[in-house]
Parts: sequence; structure tokens; C-alpha cells
Amino acid sequence: MARKISMKQAINEALDLEMRRDPAVIVMGEDIVGGAGSPGEEDAWGGVLGVTKGLHAKYPGRLLDTPLSESAYIGAAIGAAACGMRPVAELMFLDFMGVCFDQILNQAAKFKYMFGGKAKTPVVIRAMVGAGFRAAAQHSQMLTPVFTHVPGLKVVCPSNAYDAKGLLIQAIRDDDPVIFCEHKNLYGHEADVPEEAYAIPFGEAAVVREGKDVTIVSYGLTVHRALEAAERLAKERIEAEVIDLRTLSPIDWDTVLESVETTGRLVVVDEANPRCSIATDVAAHVVQEAFGALKAAPQMVTAPHTPVPFSPVLEDLYIPTADAITAAVSKIAPRAMAA
Amino acid sequence: MSTNPFPLDKADLMKAYRTMRTIREFEERLHVEFAKGDIPGFVHLYAGEEACATGIMMHLTDVDRIASTHRGHGHCIAKGVDVHEMMAEIYGKATGACRGKGGSMHIADLAKGMMGANGILGAGAPLVCGAGLAAKFRGDGGVGITFIGDGASNQGMVLESMNLAAVWNLPVIFVVENNGYAESTSVDYATAVDSYVDRASGFGLPGVTVDGTDFFAVYEAAGEMIRRAREGGGPALLECKMVRFFGHFEGDAQTYKAKGENDYNREHRDCLKIFAARVRETGVVTAEEFAAVDQEVGALIEDAVASAKAAPLPSARDLTSDVYVAY
Ligand SMILES: Cc1ncc(C[n+]2csc(CCOP(=O)(O)OP(=O)(O)O)c2C)c(N)n1
Ligand SMILES: [Mg+2]
Repeated sequence: MARKISMKQAINEALDLEMRRDPAVIVMGEDIVGGAGSPGEEDAWGGVLGVTKGLHAKYPGRLLDTPLSESAYIGAAIGAAACGMRPVAELMFLDFMGVCFDQILNQAAKFKYMFGGKAKTPVVIRAMVGAGFRAAAQHSQMLTPVFTHVPGLKVVCPSNAYDAKGLLIQAIRDDDPVIFCEHKNLYGHEADVPEEAYAIPFGEAAVVREGKDVTIVSYGLTVHRALEAAERLAKERIEAEVIDLRTLSPIDWDTVLESVETTGRLVVVDEANPRCSIATDVAAHVVQEAFGALKAAPQMVTAPHTPVPFSPVLEDLYIPTADAITAAVSKIAPRAMAA
Repeated sequence: MSTNPFPLDKADLMKAYRTMRTIREFEERLHVEFAKGDIPGFVHLYAGEEACATGIMMHLTDVDRIASTHRGHGHCIAKGVDVHEMMAEIYGKATGACRGKGGSMHIADLAKGMMGANGILGAGAPLVCGAGLAAKFRGDGGVGITFIGDGASNQGMVLESMNLAAVWNLPVIFVVENNGYAESTSVDYATAVDSYVDRASGFGLPGVTVDGTDFFAVYEAAGEMIRRAREGGGPALLECKMVRFFGHFEGDAQTYKAKGENDYNREHRDCLKIFAARVRETGVVTAEEFAAVDQEVGALIEDAVASAKAAPLPSARDLTSDVYVAY
């Protein structure tokens, strides 16, 4: 039975179902239970934004609050994964990767290959990404391209509650290390989500809107901006197809290429900074593989090459807007189509 | 004339009081303004902890550098950052200390030796090793001081920095602000040793634990460490045990605290009250003189809020400026 729940609840539910199914699943992070050793209530926070709330009561001993030591506990999660557990470690904000990156980059990502295929590291690192929270430069980055660049890591970034649940379940069952990116401004976003467990396979993009004139590719929060732009474009008789990548590594090239073969036009929308981004990656791949189908140069709509500003007026300019996406489409849409 | 039993003359006692009162007023006012919904983002208040920043900063000048934390307003004020610029920054205005680009968590004023509030816990520790190193090369007797929460003290980079500071004999002080909590997690849960001083000794650093609600205890312990560091005696650690009056951030329901904990702390562990009572008792400063400071500070903060609200917003141009010196 499906009912409307938020992305936050969907993530909580995925953890709940997988912890119930598999005793090897443990969860760790700062304040994920909350109130450890404190004189007040237990399960006081359930994570800084309450995503893991209530799980401690159901699975006592399997949610571990950690000291403020990312290098140690992210590394411990990776080590435990290499020793038969299925840890889900919460790195509160993905920006904190700087503190623990060696364990991810040089350890988790490389065990399988470096050890001649003999190791597996089924760890999930959940973290908040994205701007729009007025959280400034060190708590707002979309660092997805950094992880996508690294062979051995899988990178997921859902745009809605339904996908979040299915992708997190897949991430936990997956035998490779997964960086699971949760856009903090989507936590409250609601969708129809089945109560039971289901896994969404990695490397399968979703066509969230069909259209024949232009392909807009995105992931995470900006999928919604792309849909908004598509609605506006429809009024100008431009039908945009919107593709939600859902996973960035692996990435579903087939769906993207098939769409561009039909539309001949590509706009990639990425909340990450523009250089060496998901946007450049997708644009480059399409140019190489579907050059003949392209009727115009692919366009990229991204954050600027700056850190994330604090002031709301600046931050609102930072995140790609529906206006910017519409403008990018208009630039390459055939004149006959424009109103 | 009453005799002054304190290690500070009357002018400095007044200065210390004014600083602590300014921090308190700033934070209490932010608490109110935040609740109105006018202030964006995360705000972590320093109320209750004023004696620590003030007792240390009374020994410093602009050649001395500090690296702060996410809970940085008190460090900024005590280090001399302009209160109007701070308030404007917190409101995200173009006139802010960082032109609205940093916000509460990143207020900085390099000219004042304030190397920034920091959203990455523990990150200030390596930075002040650099500040200490630079001071050594400059030969100006400057020191570097980093503030580290009880939680942040468990970061690897903090421990590495203690070793580095010891190995290079840097003029660096590690100040552990132990307010008992890291977000909702108790220090008793997250830190295995009873005292951060034990950690310091493990790295070959002298350390002292003081009651951080006692301005004079902080002032004296810090004074000794700073003097020693300036003279080439090397790094040290100062642990201040203190209390935070508000939640971890504004909006925190504080369910992890004991019932009545905040009331108890405000009644019995208020560093500002304790300071004022002790000084008044001796007659060195009168109640009227303190009240006059209260009034001035009240007006200052009132004006800071009013002008922050009225200040212009950054313009679109500001989005892409300041990324590099030259590009
Ligand atoms: C590297 C890093 N990890 C985690 C956080 C999230 N965080 C912000 S404040 C905080 C607790 C800080 O506790 P403490 O160091 O004791 O300082 P206090 O807030 O008590 O002043 C945490 C976990 C962060 N900002 N940076
Ligand atoms: Mg603390």
C-alpha cells in the first residue's frame, strides 16, 4: 500500500526495513540516536534533522552514536564492511568529507581492485548535500562530482521520497561502497511510497517527463527546477523530456543517449560547480556518442565557479533556477518552436 | 577608596565586564530575533560562556591570532570585531564583516587577528599552528589560540596539531571549551579521558583545567600560558568547564538536557553575574557603574540590530567576486 510520506520518512523506513531484514546492518554517526550520556531524553535527536529518529528503540545497540571523529568512525564503518557487516554511516554534511576522505578515497574505493577482487566493502555513507538551507560555504556543497570521479565508489542522489527509499535499500544490499547523497531541501518533499521494501537498481535513470524537442538531464533538487522549466516551455510549445539520473555512478548512458537521439538537443542541469562536473561529464559523453544526432550545442546550467554564499539573495542566485534552465533551452530550441 | 584585590586595574575590570555584557546582550538579542524568523541559517549562541573568550582575549592584541568555532560570536566580540559588522553579517547584508558571504558560522576579521569562525570542527587547530609558526618567523611575540569544543577535541586534526605544536615548540594555546555537550551528545559519552589535560600531557604539553564560569580563573591561567608561549616556552592546553545557556543551535528543543538545567545554570553558573558580584563586593566598581555599562551596551546592540535590518543586501555581482585574488 502506498501512502504519501516525506523523503525523510522514506529514508527512515528504508533503514528500518533493512535493519529488520539483515542483522548485519548497523548504523552509525554523530547524534543519530542523540542524547548519549546526557541527563535528558534518550533518542533525543535521531540525527541532526531527525532522519534516524525512532530506530534506536526498535534496534537497541545497532545504532551507534559516535564521537566527533569522522576519520575514525567512517573508517571503522569501512573496516567493518570489509569484515562482514553492512554499516550505514552518516556523515552529517557531505562537506565534512574533507575530514575523512582518505578512508573513502584510498581505502573503501580501492579494496576490491587493489586486492585482486578478493575484498568487498558493502558500506553506505549517507550525507546531506546541496544549497538553499542558508548554511553557507561549508555546509551546502554538491560534491557529487568529486565522488563520481573515483573508480570503486557508487554515487546516488535521489530527487524524491519514492526513489530515496528504493535506492537506499539497494545501497544497503549492494556489495560496493555507496555514497548516498540526500538533498537537505528535499527532506520535506512528499511522494507516494509503498510500505513494503523495494530496491531500485543502480544505473537506471527515470524519465520523469516525456517530450520530443529537448532533453533536460538532471538529478537531486534541480530535477524539480527542470520540471518547472518544462511546464513553462510547454506553454511556448516546446516539449522537454526530463531525465532524472538518480545514480551518478553507475550512470545510465543509454536512457540519455536514446532521448537525445530523438530530441537532438541537450541541456544538463547540475547543482555542482561547473568545472569537471556531472554536467560536463554528460555533455562530453553525448557529444562523443551522439554527435550526429545533435542539432545544437549541448548547454550546461550549473552553479557558478564559487563557494556557496550565505546571504539568501546570493544563495538563490547560486542554485540553477527554472529561469536559467528555460533560457538555456530557448537558446537552442528551433525558432519555429518559440512563441 | 577601596583597595583592588584583582590582577586587573579598574579600567580593565570595566573592559572585561563590557565585553562579557556585549556578548551576552548580542546573543540574547539574536535569540529573540531568530525566533521572529528574520535571521537565515544556523546560529549557535555563546551565552553563558563569555568568561572564557573574555578572560583569554584580555591578554591579546591584534598581532595575536585566534581561530574560532561554529559558536564564534563571543570570540569575535572579545577579539575586537565590530559589533555592527557582525550583526549585519548574520543578517546576510552587504555591510557585514564578510559582505554577507559567510554568515554567523564564518565571521572573520583578519586585521583584528580573528581567523574566522569555522563550520568544520577542529579545523582551527592546524590553522593556529600556522599562526604560531608565522609569529615565530615574524618575531613579534604573537601567539596563536584555537578554541575547540569538548566534541571537536576528538578530531584527529586536533590531536595531530598538539603534537606538531609541541614538536615545533610553537607559541600556540589550545583552549578546550568544555560545555558538556557536542550537539546532544554528552562529553561523558564521547570522550574517554576525564580531563583534556591528560590528553595534553600525552603530547608533552602542559595543561590546566579551570572553572570557565570564573573570569578570574580563566584570566590568570591564560595569562600564564600566553606569557610563557610569547617567551618561547611553547604550546599549552587550557580546559574551561562551562555551560551553554541556549540550545546547540537556535531552534534546538534541548530534550537531552536535564529538567531545570538551564534555569539552574542561569541562577548559579552565570559567569557575568559571578563576575559582577565579586567585583561589586570589593567596591572597586559600583553597581551604578555596571548599570551604566549595561545601558550603553543595550543601546549599542539595539543600534546594531536596527542598522543591520536597514542595511543593503549584497548585489548579484557579489556572487562571483572574491573567489580568487586574481584569476
Ligand atoms: C567536521 C565536522 N563534523 C561535524 C560537525 C557538525 N557539528 C557542528 S557543531 C557539533 C557539536 C560541537 O560540539 P562541541 O565541539 O562540544 O562545541 P559546542 O557546540 O558545544 O560549542 C557538531 C557535531 C561539523 N560542523 N564539522
Ligand atoms: Mg561542547
